[in-house]
This record gives sequence, structure tokens and C-alpha cells, in this order.
Amino acid sequence: MDFLNIFANALGEIVSPTTAAYALASLGLAVHFGFTGLLNFGQAGFMAIGAYGFAIPTLLWDVPFVVGVLIAVVGSVIFALLLGIPTLRLRADYLAIVTIAAAEIIRYVVTTNELTEITGSANGLAAFEGGFYAMNPIPRGTYNFGLTSMNERDLWIRVVAWSLVALCCLLVFLLMRSPWGRILKGIREDENAVRSLGKNVYSYKMQSLIFGGLLGTFAGMIFTLPRGAVQPANYQTELTFFLWTCLLLGGMATVLGPVVGAMIFWVVLSLTQGLLYGAIEAGYITFLTTTQAGQLRYILVGVALMLLMIFRPQGVLGNKKELVFA
Amino acid sequence: MLAMPKLVRPLGTLLALLAIITGIILSAPPSLASTTSPEPTSGATSAPAEPSRYKISGVLRNTDGPVAGVRITATGEGFSGEATTGENGTWSIGVPAQGTYQVEVDVSTLPEGVNLAKGTPNPREVTFTNTSNAAAVFPLGEGIVVQSASFGEIFVERLIAGLSFGLLLALASVGLSLIYGTTGLTNFAHGEMVTLGAVLMFGFSVAGFPIWLAMLLGVALGGAFGWIQDGWLWKPLRRRGTALIPMMIISIGLALAVRYTILFNFGGATQQLPGASSPILELGTISISRNTLISLVVSLVVIVMIALLLLKTRLGKATRAVADNPALAAASGIDVDRVIRIVWTVGGVLAALGGILWAYYRPGVTFNMGQQILLLVFAGVILGGLGTVFGALVGSVLVGLFVELSTLWLVADLKYVGALLIMIVVLLFRPQGILGRRERVG
Repeated sequence: MDFLNIFANALGEIVSPTTAAYALASLGLAVHFGFTGLLNFGQAGFMAIGAYGFAIPTLLWDVPFVVGVLIAVVGSVIFALLLGIPTLRLRADYLAIVTIAAAEIIRYVVTTNELTEITGSANGLAAFEGGFYAMNPIPRGTYNFGLTSMNERDLWIRVVAWSLVALCCLLVFLLMRSPWGRILKGIREDENAVRSLGKNVYSYKMQSLIFGGLLGTFAGMIFTLPRGAVQPANYQTELTFFLWTCLLLGGMATVLGPVVGAMIFWVVLSLTQGLLYGAIEAGYITFLTTTQAGQLRYILVGVALMLLMIFRPQGVLGNKKELVFA
Repeated sequence: MLAMPKLVRPLGTLLALLAIITGIILSAPPSLASTTSPEPTSGATSAPAEPSRYKISGVLRNTDGPVAGVRITATGEGFSGEATTGENGTWSIGVPAQGTYQVEVDVSTLPEGVNLAKGTPNPREVTFTNTSNAAAVFPLGEGIVVQSASFGEIFVERLIAGLSFGLLLALASVGLSLIYGTTGLTNFAHGEMVTLGAVLMFGFSVAGFPIWLAMLLGVALGGAFGWIQDGWLWKPLRRRGTALIPMMIISIGLALAVRYTILFNFGGATQQLPGASSPILELGTISISRNTLISLVVSLVVIVMIALLLLKTRLGKATRAVADNPALAAASGIDVDRVIRIVWTVGGVLAALGGILWAYYRPGVTFNMGQQILLLVFAGVILGGLGTVFGALVGSVLVGLFVELSTLWLVADLKYVGALLIMIVVLLFRPQGILGRRERVG
């Protein structure tokens, strides 16, 4: 077993663009749930809108990169409005079910054979990332960083992804210290108290839904760019639940919690995969196939989510006083 | 033993499936493709010797596996060739040049009960220019009859299928609604309770048990799973005073853990329960699969029994009391924990039975079959009113009817979208649902 390689891979996950995408989408969930108390189970839908909203115009009309991003952003805002109007006045679990249903509706719509010309149906879309890599200022070559090395494309997506994560973290941090953020936290603690102060709770909730959804939309783009392909199967409800695991792992009402949570999530997944596969190939484990080893990790994710909720609901970085639920 | 998959023809699954394409389409530009190609470029001049430099290929699959022995022809560019799908459903026709070809499936060679999905062009055009490989998709559906049945007949057939589907949804949603009503928990692991019933029945029937015993054992163990869940997980959590939202997230964790545990043991393939291929009964001009009818009767009988249990017995009265106000029920001497335990057990039984019927309806057992209908179950429960048992029943039947009837106008792969949209629209205008009471909305 090549332990060095396994650990290098696991550490590489800390800065991988997928981790950045998970961190960003979980940060959106932190805004929704941790700071406002909105139970959004449809973050995968926002991510799908980011990916498809960017990929479809790029492929269909050949729009520049920035225009593609803007179209995705507009799509995400419209989606948040459509979701929020029927549900933000209702109790939390209604929002949960409606958001999960809406995310699935998006997935069914992009999967249908009727729209194959536009969405590529189950095969998805590919070859739309040219505009992004054309902006790459990093010269061609291989760059070494201790244990790992990468080419200029890998480096560029990582730089952009993590800059975006840092920027969004700063933005969320500043917003949550502002009067606007205090009102959101007030809504989380006691909606009626905030209403009695003359604030329009419905409007603030809607703003929070749009803002957190936008973070998910950007995450969707970051998720899909390094793959160079977008497929509906990537945006199932399980994606949302993994994001929730990241959020709860790090701490739901913190700014850095989702980032730390996403890093832990991917490092642990990579580490367990490396160790299990290594042990199977070396013949230490004979009762598992590599496919089963992959499935075993997701059983552990589910169990971890349960244990986390039962024994440490505030997560790694969280403060128990800031829990949405007592 | 690898038996040829025999296909049931449940009227419900209008589009059961599709053809997946494995033809790898090289998306690289032609110049790049030719320079990176390992083939010697001089081979092009001696092409006549190897006619299969360019290929049209695909895989013909149905819900439960590849379809073998189907003749497919390709004509065009002054060429015509044919192929027969192999044991694993793959087919490939070598053609002399790139260009446009008419690819046709010989419908008469399709197995009985399998037809091309509605609206599939046959023959269809396949064009390839920059690639050496092109793919053609032929979605297959079940029971898609090419004959021109009158609208009224199709409507009645859909109606019966929808009723059958709605009632099996109701089995799952009555349990979900009972659990919600008595404990306040929105149980995201209910889909896995549905899957478990079908998977257990499959396991027992493979082990050699007769159908009825396998079904009984599957349902009984489904109930046991509900009992254990409450005893080992939910009751201790209630004792700790865990709030409802954390419990909901715990149920998501449980759903993931159980789903992947089933996948771990059962594998990712679709398996058929015994008797999955049922004869089609002709009732006048209407044709219905026998399984759909049996499923309809079974779920109807069980639901009527549950309704009588709730309305006529002491236990039913206690359950309704706990659902209404647990504290008050406890104060009047009702053992709330015992009632909740029974509700979880009955919920597990109903979900497992629903899962078995769902496996016959789809048809097939897979590890994520419960997850597929979980949202429809939620839609039924919300449509009827969260926490009301009879609302869940009415809501589910409406969802089932809507899903099946919508296929008259909507493409089949969007049939669930309609039901989910209806749920959202209902929340907009009548958030308490059809039978719900206003104060439950909060």
C-alpha cells in the first residue's frame, strides 16, 4: 500500500475545486438555515441552475463567459422567487419539502428526452468551459507543490474557486455583522419579535433565500467547470444531503464552518477510499469488492450525519447557543 | 440462471425505459481527432478491406435488462447493413463512409409486450461527420400499443392504473402521515422502509420460499424494522427532548445509511419478483395487467382495514387522540409511547407492503425504488393535509391518478413533474391541504 500517495491524494482534496464548490454551496445553506432558519433541501437545484444556466447559453448562442454567468444568476434569482412565494409564509418543513420537490423538478426537466436538443437529456452537456480557460493568465506548464503537481488549468480553476470562496466568506461575515444580518438572526430566534419591530419578515426571508441560492449557483458553476461536463445525475437529492452533512460537520451558524466541513468531508472520503482500495488490492481485505468499499463510505456518511445531529449538533466550530433548534 | 426478461405490461409504466447509448462520440475537432488517432492514416486508402471503420452502434435496453435478438437495419449513402442485438443488448453496424443513415428497428422482432416509446421516430436519421462512431437511441416502453385505441379506452386504462398506483402510494403515505401526526416527525427514511419490503420479499423468494410466504415475511420484517427504529432510535431521542428539525435531519442520515446498506447487500441491478410477468386481462375493450388489478384490490382491502381500525377500535381512538394532542392524551391515561410504537410498526408494515406492490407496478426491485416515490408520497400527504390519515389517502389517490392521466398529454418522463407542481400550487392556495385544518399550518 502506497500510504504516501493515499495521504497526498487526501490532502489534495483540501484544495480541490469540488471541495470549493461544496464549501460554497454549504455556505449558502449556512445563510439559509444557520442564520435565517430556512430549511432549504433544494440546494442541488440551485447548483443545477448554475451549471445548466451557464452551459446552455454558452453552447446554444455562444455567449461570452460573463454573459453566461449573468444568465445563470438571473435564473437562480427567479428560481428563488418562485420557491419563496408559496412557502416562506408557511412552517419550516413545508419549505423543506417544496425545495426538495423543486430541485427534483429541475432534474426531471433537464433529463427529459423532449429537450435533448437543449439540455442533452441524461447524457448532459459538455465542452462549454472554453471561455473560462481562455481567460487563464497562468503560463502553460507543470507546477509542483511538494507532494502534488498540477498543470496550468488545474491551478487556474483552484485559484478562481478558492478566491471566490474567500470572497463569499468575507461577504457573509460582513453581512451577518451588519444590521441586515442581525435581522436575519432575529428571524431565526423569534420571527414574531422581529415582526413586532416593524420589519417585513417575508421580504428578509426572501432576500436570504436569494442570497444563499446565489452562493449555490456559483458553486454549481465551480463544480462543473473542471469536469467540462454537466450531467443531471450529479444533481440528485443526495448532493443536497451531502452539503447538509458538510454544513452540520463544520457548524451551521458560522462562516468558516461550511468550508472546514467540506474539507473534512472530502478528506475523509478520499482517505477511506484510498485505504480501503489499497487494502483490497493488497489482499488484506477479502470480503469486500471495490464497488462495495465505495458504497460502504456512503453508509458511513449517513451514520456520521445521524451521530453528528445526536451528539454534536453545533458541529466542529459552532457555538451551542447559536443553534437554530434548542 | 439468466432468463430472458419477461415483461409485464402494467398499464401504469407508460414509458418504462429507454435505450442507452454507448457509442462514444468524439467531440474533438476533426483535425485533432485525426492527429491523436492511433490508427495509421494510410488505412483510409485501403478502406474497402475493412468496411467497419465507421460504426453506428447502441445498446437496446428495457427497464429490467438488455433486449436481445432484435434486428436493426441501417441504409444510406448507397449502403445497407443489418445487425442483431446480442445477449447484452449491444448492436453495431459497420458502414463504409460517414454520412446520413436511416436506422430502423424491426418492430416485429421485439419481444412480446415491448414496443418503441411513443413518438420515437422509426426509422430515424443518424448523421455523423467528425466521428468514427455514431449512436442511435431507441427508447423502449412497455405496453405502448401502436394500434389506435380510442381516447376513451386509453383514458379508462390510465384511470385504473392511476387508481392502482395511487392506492399503493396511499399505503406508504398513511404510515408517513400517522407518524407525522403522532410524533411530528417528517420521516425522510420512509422511502427506505418502502424499498426494504420489496428487497426482503425478493430475498425470501430467492431463498426458495413460496410467493405468499415471502411476501408475508417481507411485510412482517418491514413492521419489525419500524418497531426497532422507534425502540432504538426515535424513542430515546424523544426522551432526550430532541427537537423536530434535528430529528428530520437524523432521518435523512438514516435514509442514506439504509439506502447504501441495501445497495451494499443487494447490488445496483434491477431484479424481478416472482410472478412479475402477469397476463393481460381483456375486459371488454379495455386491457389491464392482472398484477395491477390484484395490487388495486390488495391495497384497497388493507386501507379499508386500517380505516376501520382507526375508527372503530379503542386503539384507533387512542391513536387519533395522540395525533390530536399528545399531552392531553397522556393526561387521559393513554400510554402515548405504546401508541407511537404501534404506529411505527403499522407504518413499517404498510410501507413494506406498498414497496412490494410498487415493485410489481414498476416492475422491478432496485435499491433506490423507495426514494423514487418518496416525493410523490410527500405530495400526497401534503395535498391531503399533513397529519390527517384520510387526507393522506385522498391526496395519494389524487397524485396517482394525476401521474397516470397526465401521460395522456404530457411526455412520460415528465409525469412526476406534474404531480410535484400540483403540490406546490396547492400549498399556494390551500396550504392546509384538502382535509387539513388551518391551525396545523402554523
